[in-house]
Amino acid sequence: MHWIIAPVVLPALLAPIIGFVTRHDIRLSRIASVSGTVLLLAVAIGLALQAAGGETTVYRLGSWPAPFGIVLVLDRLSALMVLLTAALALIVLLHAIATGWDRRGRHFHALFQFQLMGICGAFLTGDIFNLFVFFEVLLIASYGLMIHSGGRERMRAGLQYVVMNLAGSTLFLFALGTLYASTGTLNIADLAAKVPQIPVEEAALVRVAAMLLMIVFAVKAALFPVQFWLPATYSNAPAPVAALFAIMTKVGAYAIIRIHTLAFGPDVASTEGIAATWLFPAAIVTIAIGALGVLGARRLMPLIAFSIVGSMGTLLVAVASFTPEAMTAALYYLVHSTFAAACLFLVADLVMSRRGGDSLTTMPPTAQNGLFAALFFGAAIAMAGMPPLSGFLGKLLVLDAIREPGAMPWAWTAILVGSLFTIVGFARAGSTIFWKSTSLALADEATGGSAPATGDMAIGARPGELTPVMAAIAALALLAVLAGPLAAYLEETSAQIFDREGYISAVLTPEEAAE
Amino acid sequence: MEFLVASAVGVLTAGGVYLLLRLRTFPVILGLALLSYAVNVFLFASGRLAIDMSPILSKYGDASYTDPLPQALVLTAIVISFGMTAVLVMIALGAFLEADSDTIDIADADAASGKDGES
Repeated sequence: MHWIIAPVVLPALLAPIIGFVTRHDIRLSRIASVSGTVLLLAVAIGLALQAAGGETTVYRLGSWPAPFGIVLVLDRLSALMVLLTAALALIVLLHAIATGWDRRGRHFHALFQFQLMGICGAFLTGDIFNLFVFFEVLLIASYGLMIHSGGRERMRAGLQYVVMNLAGSTLFLFALGTLYASTGTLNIADLAAKVPQIPVEEAALVRVAAMLLMIVFAVKAALFPVQFWLPATYSNAPAPVAALFAIMTKVGAYAIIRIHTLAFGPDVASTEGIAATWLFPAAIVTIAIGALGVLGARRLMPLIAFSIVGSMGTLLVAVASFTPEAMTAALYYLVHSTFAAACLFLVADLVMSRRGGDSLTTMPPTAQNGLFAALFFGAAIAMAGMPPLSGFLGKLLVLDAIREPGAMPWAWTAILVGSLFTIVGFARAGSTIFWKSTSLALADEATGGSAPATGDMAIGARPGELTPVMAAIAALALLAVLAGPLAAYLEETSAQIFDREGYISAVLTPEEAAE
Repeated sequence: MEFLVASAVGVLTAGGVYLLLRLRTFPVILGLALLSYAVNVFLFASGRLAIDMSPILSKYGDASYTDPLPQALVLTAIVISFGMTAVLVMIALGAFLEADSDTIDIADADAASGKDGES
């Protein structure tokens, strides 16, 4: 019964223990952090099984009835997001440990757990002010992770990231104040019940609040015109941290899906069309920016970061339709793009640590050049949306779901041309790093003046370093193989997302009456 | 009263946004602090403006009370923005000591040093 709160409480208790008790012993920290994340994954699987039945479970803190008390709500969407977070966290954590990233600065594991607490809390909460609080928790942990192990460029990019998000938080508070002034409640289910009752002519304040919230979530989801912080942040963050941040943009997408279907839904007269009108063009432009960025990038990390911007655009194009079919496609693409982005960052980390930088220039090949090239190729075709991995199916589902005559030409053109640009960009990067490097070595051997690979470049990857990357690619392959059952589950999920009455009655019915 | 509160929020926000656009760490930190003051006052007003009323319902049927929820929200917001400002000051200091520059925009520095991409 109390399991719903476990994804929040478990990391919240573990983080201070790691921070205070085991901070001088990296081995103890690692054991605590990994076992905590494994436990989190187990709890998340349990919650997903519980939610798969279709019941919306409500956890009332202190047994106060909603909307007066704080509630946590578990439905299929929340369970899916928590499960995704836990799975991704375990992969990233194992990579960070195997490559020694967690030793290059202090408090990596404590910050990592606080980050997980904030992300899981944001996915589970049923109260919009608590959503703000969990946003702050995950942000403050991410500031620490972002500047982990320091360095000139990283500190400056971190400062930019912090300023951007503090401004976003202030906007969030303004939105919440406006919302509370016009509706008198901050409980999401109560908002969903009250907003439709507001007459259209008196809805100006609610519309302002809905739009402000959209901007705040757009900042998190890296949507045009507030996407500019993402490339600088992700490309300067430590690679495992950037891989974990792949889920952070999805927190913004989740918040848009949750709030703008429930509270400001597409059929609510007072806020009709706000999300769809603005979200769709912004998402199209986001795809274009991502694609151009991928083509123009001169370093590997910004290249991956821009491909994430493009994938967020594709995801939000699907969300902007606000139909159950498109939402199913969006959710599939969300799961896929999280793993694809993380996988790219992890492969890039393995390559960069051997090449001594991430510039797209030819260098003598590193040890295991072929293996890294294959891994990069796998992750890149997943991100670009080529068969056989899940990116192809994800984009196909998105294209198939957008059939509205006004939206279809724009969306199809943007997604298809964007994919082409992404393929070209990744092909260019891959051939420069892996292929031309090989020919460079052959030319050297021909002239007889080749220097054997030395230092970091000669060190092959240990199995421990490869396992997390392999796991991420396996997840992508599994998503493609199990696309049928997964799509069926996601169809039920999106049906539940659009079942506003079900959510409202589940949360607002008093506990005694429900039993 | 309404005019006073509204103009206070307006002036604080305007000052905050102006300082935020200066793109040097110290003005930006001050600007974010001003913005957080503005939002705190704004949150207070969201539960309507009431003077000399307690935030608890009297059991003797006296219906004059002020909404307690915005006060709780403001308290949370103050704590969070206070902590965030402290973090921001530390990170800004770290960035300044590392880079010897207190501009927040990165692009111009890179263009000057030609460090990125060319190597």
